[in-house]
Amino acid sequence: MLNIFYIEFKRLRCLPGANFACFPDDPDDPREILELPRQGPHIYLEAMSALANAGVLMTMNRRTCLAAGLALAATPILRVVPAGAAGGFAVEVAPGVFVHRGQHAVFTPANQGDISNPGFVVGRDAVAVIDTGGSPIVGRALKAAVTAVTDVPIRFVINTHMHPDHVFGNVAFAAEGLTFVGHHKMERGLLARADRYLAINKELLGAAAFEGTKILPPTMQVAATETLDLGGRTLELTAQPTAHTDNDLTVTDSATGTVFMGDLLFVEHIPTIDGSIKGWMALLDRFGQTPPARVVPGHGPAALTWADAATPLQRYLTTVATDVRALIKQGRTLAEATESAGASEKDAWQLFDEYHKRNVSAAFAELEWE
Amino acid sequence: MQVHRLTWKASFAAAALAIVAVGASPVTAAEPASGNALIEADLWPTLQKDIFGAKVPAENASVVTIEAPPRADDAALVPVTVRIPADAAKRVTRMTLIVDKNPAPVVAEFAYGPAAGEGERVLSTRVRVDMYSNVRAVVETDDGKLHMATKFVKAAGGCSAPALKDTDAALADAGRMIVKTLETTDAAAGLRQGQLMIKHPQYSGLQLNQATGFYIPARFVREIDVKRGNDLVFKMTGGISISEDPNFRFTYAAGSDETLDVTATDTEGKVFTGRTGPKGS
Repeated sequence: MLNIFYIEFKRLRCLPGANFACFPDDPDDPREILELPRQGPHIYLEAMSALANAGVLMTMNRRTCLAAGLALAATPILRVVPAGAAGGFAVEVAPGVFVHRGQHAVFTPANQGDISNPGFVVGRDAVAVIDTGGSPIVGRALKAAVTAVTDVPIRFVINTHMHPDHVFGNVAFAAEGLTFVGHHKMERGLLARADRYLAINKELLGAAAFEGTKILPPTMQVAATETLDLGGRTLELTAQPTAHTDNDLTVTDSATGTVFMGDLLFVEHIPTIDGSIKGWMALLDRFGQTPPARVVPGHGPAALTWADAATPLQRYLTTVATDVRALIKQGRTLAEATESAGASEKDAWQLFDEYHKRNVSAAFAELEWE
Repeated sequence: MQVHRLTWKASFAAAALAIVAVGASPVTAAEPASGNALIEADLWPTLQKDIFGAKVPAENASVVTIEAPPRADDAALVPVTVRIPADAAKRVTRMTLIVDKNPAPVVAEFAYGPAAGEGERVLSTRVRVDMYSNVRAVVETDDGKLHMATKFVKAAGGCSAPALKDTDAALADAGRMIVKTLETTDAAAGLRQGQLMIKHPQYSGLQLNQATGFYIPARFVREIDVKRGNDLVFKMTGGISISEDPNFRFTYAAGSDETLDVTATDTEGKVFTGRTGPKGS
């Protein structure tokens, strides 16, 4: 059920299953694939489909792409969205699945809390927003991106975990008939930290970007798994055991197999351990056994393959754990460990100096009990 | 000891006042601490009198030194090491660890026993640091004099931060203890190095449960006796400024019976015990 079509993409080809996909010309563009389900017979699409199946890779110029879009729009459930209609804020990583890519930064007045990857999934009857960014400003921008591409109402705001850069935009969505959804342990974790989170964010963001920030914990708790029906597609929510935090929730879109992993995946941005390094490594191993088709990380490109997203993270966590365990075995102290453990990872991550020693500290305090 | 108790009472009174202030006006509480002249003032002259009475500790690196990071990576888990050189160790009877600006400034007092040993005496632990503060070790020698070492630590939020990363696991494991002899070459001749770890949430009484609107009641490890055989290594009397899962590394004298025996008591009267095997484990 696709109701959005971006014309920023220039290349179109047929995928197995006779869907179309647009590819951006720039190989570094995070919008890897835009899939277009074939909606009934249409002579234009049929012709392209035949060519694509014959192995002809078509390069479409803007006008051709627009024509294809108009053709798609001719079927009642589709409509064409002009390029940049989502305000350029969110990119469509799979049909009806949008992600905004936040910056790799700590909270500053300049970035206004736009430092994580919120997104949304559009169904026939409902839109679900997944994470809301680190301030009401980011939340409002995300909400505008939703209304730019669809009239379907936002019914759910799902938080992947309690951290401020993922929940402080919640306030922008508060409305009658809207359900906030989170891991059943998220409320406890968030409320216990609320005072500090608010004080720190106010200090880091400055009064202007902090204005209107409110803590809105989940009104629907996920203890194990839950399914949200958006109409034509469902979201499977899974409460994960302690890993990045003790309240990580994953969101799987049934229509495209896209999994919003929240901060269970960090790409480019150094991971931060606020749960259990052992739990996190075990979780990544488990997901790796049946890797999702496409994942959205909490920090990094809008969407990636499992291997691209998980491999560097697994290497980091394994390196830190291995180094820390060796130092514990040698009788070294926590202070000594923060100086040396995981140093080989320094050049592999952004914000290494901000978070690495704290990670080692957390890993040490956990692993010394083995 | 009388003075010490008064200090504790004063500390908790201050903590209680802080709670009232926060409860009454969350807006004020969120203001940067730097705007508060009371907090900015040097607390040490008053604090020193509260803790040590008329005795004035003097900085003296030949008797005590302290190591702490200039900027804490985690304010709830700041590693601190106190070293007492071999020449001074045999004369040192007690050591007090202080974080000036914490709601409860006295982190802990360690009274040394005969098994503390006579070589370089080293003790490492982890403390909470609530705001930028001096961290001090004050030792008393057998002539009654006080000697001090000081380090400034940039950290904030250690006491009110809910350090528990996995609340359920932390509570399920509370009271678990590991006591071991470390195989390190750090300890001087005639000394061993031991480590004591206790699983305990160390609730500071300053952590707000916003779901209920109540502060989680303070509950922390109050006393720890560490003995080698029948001889005391040290007796610790401590408070909320010791980090979650209290952790101590310490030197002690080698002896015929090298088993370390530990008894810890928390504020709810729960007693935890642990010991090493004969050769350490």
